[in-house]
Amino acid sequence: MTKSNVMEVPPKGGFTFDLCRRNTMLQQQGAKLPKFRKTGTTIVGLIFKDGVILGADTRATEGEIVCDKNCEKIHYLAPNISCCGAGTAADTENVTDMVSSQLVLHRYATGRESRVVTALTMLKSHLFRYQGQVSAALVLGGVDVTGPHLHAVYPHGSTDTLPFATMGSGSLAAMSVFESRYKENLTKEEGMEIVSAAICAGIFNDLGSGSNVDLCIITKEGKEYLRNYQQPNPRSYSRSKGYDFKIGHTAVLSTKITQLRQHVQVLEGDAMEEE
Amino acid sequence: MRSWKLAKMSMVFAPRLAESAPTSHVGASWSPYDNNGGTCVAIAGADYCVIAADTRMSTGFSILTRDYSKIHHITEKCVLASSGFQADVRSLQKNLDARHQIYQHQHSKQMSCPAMAQLLSNTLYYKRFFPYYSFNVLGGLDNEGKGCVYTYDAVGSYERSGYSSQGSGQTLIMPVLDNQLKSASPLVLPPRESSTPLTESEAVDLIKDTFASAAERDIYTGDGVEIVIINKEGIRRETMALKRD
Repeated sequence: MTKSNVMEVPPKGGFTFDLCRRNTMLQQQGAKLPKFRKTGTTIVGLIFKDGVILGADTRATEGEIVCDKNCEKIHYLAPNISCCGAGTAADTENVTDMVSSQLVLHRYATGRESRVVTALTMLKSHLFRYQGQVSAALVLGGVDVTGPHLHAVYPHGSTDTLPFATMGSGSLAAMSVFESRYKENLTKEEGMEIVSAAICAGIFNDLGSGSNVDLCIITKEGKEYLRNYQQPNPRSYSRSKGYDFKIGHTAVLSTKITQLRQHVQVLEGDAMEEE
Repeated sequence: MRSWKLAKMSMVFAPRLAESAPTSHVGASWSPYDNNGGTCVAIAGADYCVIAADTRMSTGFSILTRDYSKIHHITEKCVLASSGFQADVRSLQKNLDARHQIYQHQHSKQMSCPAMAQLLSNTLYYKRFFPYYSFNVLGGLDNEGKGCVYTYDAVGSYERSGYSSQGSGQTLIMPVLDNQLKSASPLVLPPRESSTPLTESEAVDLIKDTFASAAERDIYTGDGVEIVIINKEGIRRETMALKRD
């Protein structure tokens, strides 16, 4: 290979799709893809008189099993912006962390408070570049100098700007509550009540959502994160006599005891001094 | 032992095509089956049998109803709990009822539990090539009055045991029952016999706790649990509420 004067272009990042053909072939032969931890979810946001309220349930599923009964789906983006995430948990967490870091640098560069549209543009261009392979459906909300904003961001990179939005597998249940009860210029209490009712609708009617309600209220004064604002699903029953595992319950096949004292011994000199 | 397990949901009866260049088969095709979810458990004791099933009926990610009974009383001493595709379960229950009626006319007595167990197995295998999508647990008292539990796969392979669970929460509940009702390892203690030494109330307590635990982690199990207890006095029914999320 001759040396050329052209600078070698560093790899741009993103996915290479070479292995997709191999994957489809393996799937046809019967191999199973590993399951992702998804947040089969209900996430919502609404704009009220003084700002934005975001809400989310707290169940994370791996297929049909609940893998986390109390996970956090409302992510931090900036002191005045938050984002709820539905879809593959790894994708939502990483994309929000990444945009949050980019926003810090942007704040240093501009010397100003971050705007919601900045976060929106960063998210949508990232998601579009990955052509929907990053499975993150987000409800982005915040208050900046231009006022309160609420956006819905889809995995392929499209966005909607809305007065109220729902995403996730429980979005239809939540939207039914919003469509019947939403009106403009809600007070904070009314807004919180409607958001929790919408999340509860998702929790009780959608099997992919469950456990507790998280809320985040953002106004120009600041952000109020109410983790587990409602906990309408306590455990229904516990066995009265508990569980008792006596010695001998598990078969001991062999025993080997290694003395640790042999390895930790001050042979010469002083033991570690105390400062 | 049971090793035949129906593929979930996507049981399509399509002929195999000759191998050609790999194409992506995107797009759902029609399936005669659906899975309505749910879990069934049964525990047999020295003179009782407890059969329980949750009361949630679902499809996909939606709940169809919170109050559906998966338990069917076939004879005075024998109860069938089935999870899976409830249309097939209903059809199977009607089939067994009809066969039981005929038996009663011919023999002037009710079928015993072991006899019903064999009948159920034959009924399921009869449809070996278009199965009932039904995961059954049969519980009752045998001819001597001891508790018996029979557990089935979808095509009729069955076994009598001291306890069993079937359905979407099976993998969550079975290890707990193994731990509580059978010694953890046969190397240390001799394995116990097929009827478990719990008292009736202890068995009911254990069942309630296992269902509560299964409802925490399995999305298809919840809403309520219906518990049927058969002993020499007769058949008794209890219900308990479960998480509805």
